[in-house]
Amino acid sequence: MSFEEIKEKAILQWKTMQQSESIRILIGMGTCGRAAGAEDILDVLNQELAKRNIQTDILPVGCIGLCYAEPLIEVIKPGKPSVFYGNLTPELMSEIIADYLIADNPRPDLALGTRGEGTLDGIPKLFDLPVLKPQVRISLRNCGNIDPENIAHYIANGGYEGLAKALRMKPQEVIDEIKKSGLRGRGGAGFATGIKWQFCHDVPGDIKYVICNADEGDPGAFMDRALLEGDPHAVLEGMLIGAYAIGALEGYIYIRAEYPLAIQRLRIAIKQMEEYGLIGDDIMGSGFKFHIKIKEGAGAFVCGEETAMMASIEGRRGMPRSRPPFPAQSGLWGKPTNINNVETWSNVSAIIAKGAEWYAGYGTEKSKGTKNFSLVGKVVRTGLIEVPMGISLREILYEIGGGIPENKRLKAIQTGGPSGGFIPESLIDLPVDYESLTQAGSIMGSGGMVVIDEDTCMVDITKFFLTFTQAESCGKCIPCRWGTKQMLDILVDITEGRGKPGDVELLQELAESVKGNSLCGLGQTAPNPVLTSIRYFRDEYEEHIVEKRCSAMQCQALISYYILPDKCQGCMICARNCPVQAIEGGKRMVHVIDQDKCINCGICFDVCPPKFSAVVKVSGPKPSGIPEKPIPVVAKS
Amino acid sequence: MENPSIGQNVQVGVTNQEAAIQKRLNEILHSYKGSQDELIPILQQVQQVFGYLPELAMKKLAKFLKLPESTVFGVGTFYAQFKLLPTGRNIIRVCRGTACHVRGSAQILAEIGKQLGISAGETTPDLEYSLETIACFGSCALAPVVVANNKVHGRMTVTKVGEIFNKEAQ
Repeated sequence: MSFEEIKEKAILQWKTMQQSESIRILIGMGTCGRAAGAEDILDVLNQELAKRNIQTDILPVGCIGLCYAEPLIEVIKPGKPSVFYGNLTPELMSEIIADYLIADNPRPDLALGTRGEGTLDGIPKLFDLPVLKPQVRISLRNCGNIDPENIAHYIANGGYEGLAKALRMKPQEVIDEIKKSGLRGRGGAGFATGIKWQFCHDVPGDIKYVICNADEGDPGAFMDRALLEGDPHAVLEGMLIGAYAIGALEGYIYIRAEYPLAIQRLRIAIKQMEEYGLIGDDIMGSGFKFHIKIKEGAGAFVCGEETAMMASIEGRRGMPRSRPPFPAQSGLWGKPTNINNVETWSNVSAIIAKGAEWYAGYGTEKSKGTKNFSLVGKVVRTGLIEVPMGISLREILYEIGGGIPENKRLKAIQTGGPSGGFIPESLIDLPVDYESLTQAGSIMGSGGMVVIDEDTCMVDITKFFLTFTQAESCGKCIPCRWGTKQMLDILVDITEGRGKPGDVELLQELAESVKGNSLCGLGQTAPNPVLTSIRYFRDEYEEHIVEKRCSAMQCQALISYYILPDKCQGCMICARNCPVQAIEGGKRMVHVIDQDKCINCGICFDVCPPKFSAVVKVSGPKPSGIPEKPIPVVAKS
Repeated sequence: MENPSIGQNVQVGVTNQEAAIQKRLNEILHSYKGSQDELIPILQQVQQVFGYLPELAMKKLAKFLKLPESTVFGVGTFYAQFKLLPTGRNIIRVCRGTACHVRGSAQILAEIGKQLGISAGETTPDLEYSLETIACFGSCALAPVVVANNKVHGRMTVTKVGEIFNKEAQ
């Protein structure tokens, strides 16, 4: 079958489904949806529909990015715009079945929004909601719209159009088009993709490799997982285009073993490509040969680094080596190799299909197109977002994210994971592009964006990142192996009340030397959380070191619990629950915590009846009036 | 051996165990060619079958791939996924990613540890539960996340920890 025939068939299948007379229900079945309980919702759907004998098509789809609203479904009744319902429970699902599927009340009180032509009274259009309005979907174009396990859905929505076009072009023309689009690596470093391809293309050799880096290791990031789960073909098509341009016959996808669903979807996708002649020895009848293998990672953050990843594919310890030679000259098994990240590949397929100029129409002068972020942490609407480059952090946090829960104060936004840094509230109007973020001391990174509010201690979270990088340091080069350990030791001291004057300066000095002398990106960027937290939140370090105080009340060693004599009723609940018998007292006696025995577990604070609230959590000096020994209760009950 | 009868018994026990490992290993190796890039996939499969990497399996694997034992052991210890000791029948993994951290995963980990009486990285003496941490599970929007036997529990709280065990016990 030619591609034209395949396309015609796919479009027919898609249209038949669209025009079907039965009700269609799309249910988000990505990892997030499942974690939120989508499987229970699906069970209710299947049972109730069977019981009432209603004919419906249920389609499991990927993540549309509204993770805060999971479990999420889209109900499509013929002749009407579709309706999205979020935060479903089995009970709500039953109500929707009764009210909208059987009767005709779309329940505006439960609906999130509509999609498609027409309107329904009282329900806004989904893409007019503040969470979606500022977004532009290029990389995530199909996520949540198509069945990721059905290649026909992808093809019917313009899929493999880019590959068909690329195969009619000369490889150099494809590279030129990517250069013209201004696409830069979405894995974090932001190197120009077209130039990277050119290097690998220009190295002579019959055997070359392309690799898709799906080793999304940054804690706090899940963009690539969602994309692979929701639209695997977009990534695979990009790889094929890249392989054709560079002259590679074989490709690898290096993916974290922690992403079983993404791996399963990729395997299904590749099998379907084989059936359609879109991968193999004669792709689309053009004579272009290409094969893809999936390599599962085994849990090593450093394998996100190019040379470490190649070592891991070769079956060795995933340790980086010095560059040059760059992978383009000597990569996998010594052959020229080009590595791009999942999101970069998914943009490639869109760029070739729609043209470089179209793509370059989005973004800023130096950062073109869009960027995916996982917006998480202390933000109302957590989720997966795709925004045009140049959008401000303020717009992302307050428009899309809906601000911070419980009206707490914003402290910082963390980008780039353990390789990135903290951007303080004062820089909230910073545009999101490679240069601006680097200037602020952070990096674009792969797309993790963690919102931090007043309840987070900056020294503690810096320690958190260093704990991670120190554990993940492969140990090959000394600056990283020992530098991260020394920085972590100092941070532990500070958070446990052993900080000394001069620690901050020592941290800065260490950070600069680890940054400047480490072998690979892991070590070179590991000091960023330290440097940015000192740059913007030095007062918090001083507070810990000088006053032995943690105002965010996160550093356990700097917190004490006391029982207020004017509130305690002598009910004995705290004393009974204390795991170390540190609370003295008796019936109708004001209880007293022996600070030498107390382990700061906070159980007394949690169990003290709210109507008394006699236990207080304090960081800093002891409140006045706390007795040394139990005294008779003074408070009126 | 001083006492031949005891020695023989031990010998027989070991040989039986060895034979069992060898047999299951052979079944795994059947579909591999024997090149070094297969080392990690084979180790992954060995772990899936045995629940950990038995020393004997690693030695036999070294012979199969014509690699020094130190190389196989080096790879087995480098990657966080591989375990050198048997793990529990139920594996509870607590995500310690950034989003989970700022939403209180440390407290969740402490609570689970308290209920099981073990720390992260340990297994209960009855081999019923292993408690592990993972760097990031990638379900950050539903933080904090706990994964019990591959079932993802999102939006966890300290008070919901008991539910995980109830569900696993069913």
